[in-house]
Amino acid sequence: MSAGKPDYEQSSSAVPRRHNGRWQAYRYLLWVRILELKREPEVIFWIFVFPLLLAAGLGLAFRNKPADVTSVAILEGPGAQRTLELLRGSKTHSTIRATVLNRDSALHGFHFGRFDLAVAANSDGSYTYYYDPARPESVLSRAEIDDALQEESGRKNAVATTSEASSEPGSRYIDFLIPGLLGMNLMNSGMWGIGFAIVEMRQRKLLKRFVATPMRRSDFLLALTSSRLVLMVLEIGLLLGFGALVFHMSIRGSIVSVILLGAIGAIAFAAVGLLTASRAQKIESVSGLINVVMMPMWIFSGVFFSYQKFPAIAQPFIKALPLTALNDALRSVIIEGASLASQSGRLLVLAIWGVVSFALALRWFRWT
Amino acid sequence: MASPIQCANLVKTYEGKVEAVRGLSLQIEAGECFGLLGPNGAGKTTTIEILEGLLQPTSGEVRIFGHTWAENPRQLREWIGISLQETRLSEKLNVRETIRLFASFYSEPRPVTDVLEELQLAEKADSWVGKLSGGQKQRLAVATALVGNPRILFLDEPTTGLDPQSRRQLWEIVRAFQKKGGTVLLTTHYMDEAERLCDRLAIVDHGQIIAEGTPAELIDRLGGHHVVEFQIDGRRTNHLGLPEPWRSLPGVESVRNEDEMICLNVREPHLTIPALLAAVSERDHRLEHLSTRQASLEDVFVQLTGRHLREE
Repeated sequence: MSAGKPDYEQSSSAVPRRHNGRWQAYRYLLWVRILELKREPEVIFWIFVFPLLLAAGLGLAFRNKPADVTSVAILEGPGAQRTLELLRGSKTHSTIRATVLNRDSALHGFHFGRFDLAVAANSDGSYTYYYDPARPESVLSRAEIDDALQEESGRKNAVATTSEASSEPGSRYIDFLIPGLLGMNLMNSGMWGIGFAIVEMRQRKLLKRFVATPMRRSDFLLALTSSRLVLMVLEIGLLLGFGALVFHMSIRGSIVSVILLGAIGAIAFAAVGLLTASRAQKIESVSGLINVVMMPMWIFSGVFFSYQKFPAIAQPFIKALPLTALNDALRSVIIEGASLASQSGRLLVLAIWGVVSFALALRWFRWT
Repeated sequence: MASPIQCANLVKTYEGKVEAVRGLSLQIEAGECFGLLGPNGAGKTTTIEILEGLLQPTSGEVRIFGHTWAENPRQLREWIGISLQETRLSEKLNVRETIRLFASFYSEPRPVTDVLEELQLAEKADSWVGKLSGGQKQRLAVATALVGNPRILFLDEPTTGLDPQSRRQLWEIVRAFQKKGGTVLLTTHYMDEAERLCDRLAIVDHGQIIAEGTPAELIDRLGGHHVVEFQIDGRRTNHLGLPEPWRSLPGVESVRNEDEMICLNVREPHLTIPALLAAVSERDHRLEHLSTRQASLEDVFVQLTGRHLREE
């Protein structure tokens, strides 16, 4: 006992004083963080249930229809019945679903996407196709229906061709979607789990209370980041497990690579979250900031659809976004079985975002 | 051995304009319970947070056991325990988990069960913080300060908003800490708290200490330990409210008006009151109210500033 220190032990018998080790504070901070998350039902929902619901919903909506059936509306009229028979008699009848409807409901159904194409049999024996050049399935449908009608009406093909269908796991929408959802989820939970949590603690003056103790500030930040890593493993396991079980998705790359990649992504977004939260005093203002930071990435980073659809001039900027790098790397590893080493460029993008954000956050961070 | 808390010429200016603290000096001795008493906005919280090393003073010097905050902040933090004016601890942790967490920050914490017992929180050990009453939350806040086994306890408005029983419980806890040799610095705007709990006090107003001493010394400055308050029939109070006729009564040290009431600071009420009654009837007035009470720190504050502690 140091000199001058009041002696408490005389009063509380001879209980040996506990001596805390170097990592005691870190361990308790991490433990408490996990406890808090576990006790927050919203957290469980947004981190674990919501992405699964998204995957299930989108996976069902965009599931590959068997042999890509095309839906056609035939406009009522003198030639309608004959058109229907021609289509039913064609070689490709199994991929055509044709319905005869009056003009209004046929065009209405076409406009609302229920039909890919509307066909009118004209009185002079010709056909008119109503199609939408902006809808790929409509363009395809026009070609397919045209072929069927021409062939059934006596057109002879110059060369005989055969086709073989190939629709393997790995090239379906759900295979594209799940790694994207995983990346988005790592971003969401990093930004909210770190950014929001910090501002909430700042608003409650809990951060101030913590720095009034001998707690090392680095232990606090380390514990928050570590909590993200623990959750990250659960998030990856849950989403990939769901994809594998429900959609028979196959994971080509090694699971170790996926987890390492997830860890790098989680840490990078934890740093971005930390930066976003470095000065905000109110949870309302940080919520806005977090959304502003994440919004471009939801749209541009290829979560739900390929960012190749954006103009070429935007591509370099899109590829510089951390979520784009993470999504691309996750897809390469999960779908194509790429090694981590082959993803070094994308990992570098993530690392730069992480390191720069962390450095700025430390500089600007307010504890009070 | 250096004093637990010492500061000289503290100045804190916010945004280059507002002077929250204007040249404040203090020396607090080991084992003392020292109170900063003053109205809201007097600069008490700014002062205590500078002493706690949470705010940087614009100028002036702070020493805790002879060390400045710049020298070795971690060591100083081991020596002090703090309860901030308002900290909302995590609501989804229970009491025991919260105290354990704070215990983990200190190199030699006290056993958590001892602290739970001492702060009468043992029954609530497994309750979530969000479910505690105001008094229990405040005791938990003090528990997180005491679990680190501090030498100095800083309490910023520890009993604001608490019911009388909870306030007394907290006072007991502070006294127990002091009995074991601890030093306490607290801020309050409750004069009864300052009077009963503090060995010495500084009355703070507009960022400065306007009086310092033991509660008894401060009250002594009024000249009389008793206050006689009276009111005479309404219509003619105006000129009769003026101090002149009453100051000459025997034993009266000072006179002041408070609304309709005339307050006399009195050394010996048994001499003053008969003379007062005589004076009133001599002038053919009627007493509408008469009471006597012990002088309090509130009277000291009013005499020094012309304002009440609780008004803005």
